[in-house]
Parts: sequence; C-alpha cells; structure tokens
Amino acid sequence: MNGGSALGDALVYLNDPLSWTEPGGILDLLRDHLWMTFVAVLLAAAVALPLGLWFGHAGRGGQVVVATANLTRALPTLALLYILTAWLGLGQWPTILSVAVFAVPPILSNTWTGLREVDPAARDAGTGMGMSAARLLRDVELPLALPLIAAGVRTAVVQVVATVSLASLVGGGGLGLIISNGIFTQRYGQALAGALVVVAVCLGLEGLLAALQRMLTPAAMRRGGRRRTRAVSVTDPAPRVTV
Amino acid sequence: MQTGADNPWFSWRYLENNWRTLVDLTGQHVSLTVQAVLIALVLAVPLAVLARNRPALSGAVLGSSAVLYTVPSLALFGLLAPFTGIGRTTVLIGLVAYAMLVLVRNTLVGLRGVPASVVDAADGMGYPPVRRLLTVELPLALPAIITGVRLATVTTVALVTVGVVVGYGGLGQAMYRGFTSSYRAEIMTAAVLCVAIALVADLLLLALGRLVTPWLRRRA
Repeated sequence: MNGGSALGDALVYLNDPLSWTEPGGILDLLRDHLWMTFVAVLLAAAVALPLGLWFGHAGRGGQVVVATANLTRALPTLALLYILTAWLGLGQWPTILSVAVFAVPPILSNTWTGLREVDPAARDAGTGMGMSAARLLRDVELPLALPLIAAGVRTAVVQVVATVSLASLVGGGGLGLIISNGIFTQRYGQALAGALVVVAVCLGLEGLLAALQRMLTPAAMRRGGRRRTRAVSVTDPAPRVTV
Repeated sequence: MQTGADNPWFSWRYLENNWRTLVDLTGQHVSLTVQAVLIALVLAVPLAVLARNRPALSGAVLGSSAVLYTVPSLALFGLLAPFTGIGRTTVLIGLVAYAMLVLVRNTLVGLRGVPASVVDAADGMGYPPVRRLLTVELPLALPAIITGVRLATVTTVALVTVGVVVGYGGLGQAMYRGFTSSYRAEIMTAAVLCVAIALVADLLLLALGRLVTPWLRRRA
C-alpha cells in the first residue's frame, strides 16, 4: 500500500472546505454522530443511575453489577448492532440502543461503588439526625458519591462517542462512514482523514469532560476527588476497549 | 426485509448447509485471537518490567494506553489500512495494540503489588536482579497478569468482528453477510458463536491460571 500518498490525499481531503460543508459532509456526519452519542448516554443513564442508586443505597446487588459488566464484555458491540438492525431495520435507533446497552455498566458500577464507599460515619450521622432514607440518599450519599458517578458518566460518554463510529457499518451514518466508505472504495486517503477526525473528536470530548469535571469539583474536594476517581480505575482495570 | 415468520433467528437448515463455513470462520476467529494475545503478552511483559523502575517511562506507557483506549477500533483500522492494506495483518496489528494496553497495565499493577519486604529478602539472600525478577517478582505478579490475559482475550474475541471493514473479521464476516442479505439466522448464529468462544476461552484461562498458581489454592 502506498501510505505516503494516502497521507497526502488525507490532507487534501481535510483541506477542502467542501468535504466539511457539503450535504453528508464531515459537519453533517459530526452532528449525527454527536446526536446519537447524546441520546445513547441519556438512555443509559436513565437506566443505570436509578438502579445504581437503589442497589448502592440498599447495599445489595453487587453480583448483578459485576455480572452486567462481564456479560456485556463478552458480547461484541458489532454483533448487537447487526442483531438490532436485522430486528428494527436500518437507521440510527439500532446504533443508539446497542451503544446505550454498553454504556450501562460503567455508569452502574461507578454509581454503585460511589454509594458503597460513602463513609459509614456520615451515614450514621444522617440517620442520627433523623433523616429519612430518601433524604439521606439525596443530602448525604449522593453528594459524597458524585465524583465517582461523574467519572462513570464520563467513561460512558467517551466509550459511546467512539463506539458510535460503528454505526456506519449498519447504515446509521456518523463519522465512521468516512472511514468505512474510504476503505470499501479503496480511497485510503479518505479513510485516513476520517480516522483522524474520529480520533480528534474522541480525544477532544475526553479532554473537554476532564476539564469540565475539574471545574465543577469544589476546590476543597479536588484532591480527594481525583484520588478516588483514580482508585476506581485500578479496582476496575478494564475500561472497555471501544469495540 | 423479510418478516419474522420466514426469517427466523435460528435455523437448523442454515446450520446444516453452512457448518463448514462456520467452522472455518470460527477457526479464523480463534487463531487470530490466540496469536494476538500471545504476541501482545511477549511484548507487554518486558515493557512493563522496563517501565516499572522508571516513573517517566511508566507514566508514558500508561498515558499512551489511556489515549489508545479512546481510539475506536474502526478508526485504528482506518489509520492502519493505508499502510498495511486489507486483510489479516492489519487486523492482527490492531488486536495486538489493544491487547497490549490491558496486559502492560495489569503486569505493572502486579509488579507494583509485590511487597517491598519480599524484594528486600530476595536482595538479602543475594539474588541477582534477573533471578529475583524471574523467581520472586513475576510469580507474585502472576495473578494480576492472568487477570489481564483473561480480559485481553475476551476483549480480543469481540474486537475481531470489527475486522470486517478490512475483509478479515472471523465470525464478523458471517454477521456481515447475514446483514447484507437480511438473513437473521446467520447473524444470530455467528453472534452466539462469538460469545461462546469468549466464555470458553475465559474458563480455560481461569483453569490455566489455577494450575500455574497452586500456592493461591493451598492458602484458600
């Protein structure tokens, strides 16, 4: 293969304003890509947050949390994509639903761990002050677990924005289309350009979320919060590779 | 697209007529996985040993692995295809890269978890560094390494399917064909086989892990 000329072609493609603004160009695909990401994370959070809060608050369901993570690891994302597309038909929904399924475990396990790691003394103090279970959850457990929950959502977003690239293989559009079209039509310059755009979007979003998280964490919690989000990445050594 | 009645999710007829292809694709899938994990292991362990004593290097290794984690496999194949072409090599390079991330990381965690007192004892007994590494530190890091190998294997089995974009995706190939011809049984059969490979591989590695760490069993 002629990698050098591919790199040249990629730069030409990226330099051409038309590749960005034409209908179905990079900007259109980017918008679809981000939209699918947004909806998928929203769906996953709507399922995982209440479950994680409930299980974590009750101190149960640890097995369920671990089992969900392990099961989704064995199932290829692409397999679920093809299955849902064969079932629901072409479009964005099969992609949104399947990447949402894979975004549940990081949010669920981080929410659960966050609530389990709340200092029992803080919980006792709340109970001693006569707080109801709901109030204890809202005013004590949730705020203390927030750094970990945010880290879980962040992992999910980064994973989803990467995985949505696969939508192009099942007719769902998104930025992956530039890559797969490029490879299928042997225009490797375009494939390379598409890959660069996808990587830039993924890394950019990751950086943006990291900055946002640092900004939103109260200064007093910053060091503790950072240490705790790190601790999780060690107990769970496997952020899912973005299949 | 056909309706549910004449487009079932499972079909004996499909299995009878296509078992040979399925066996071939399963073989392709398994051999890619095994090869990728083995190459990654051979590269990852020395790298982790090198990185252990050099904070700068281990920071660079962990940092770059975090970056590669956010790179989607489709994009990685898009980056590789212009240089390595279509086919097995491209898929293999991508798989090795992702498997290495997990393995380097876990080996590092394992090596760092070796108690300092044990290292001191080995030093005190006059073990040269290489012997200390081979007979003391690596065995103690083995459980973490085995966890890494299991994780890398299961992940690799799933990742192989994305190889369809460069025409070499093992069972992903069957899924893709089922998708283009709207044939549900073909997609479902290949998906079930993928999950089965991952589970069987995981169980085998679990058993292997117990076999090579008998001291853990004795303690338990």
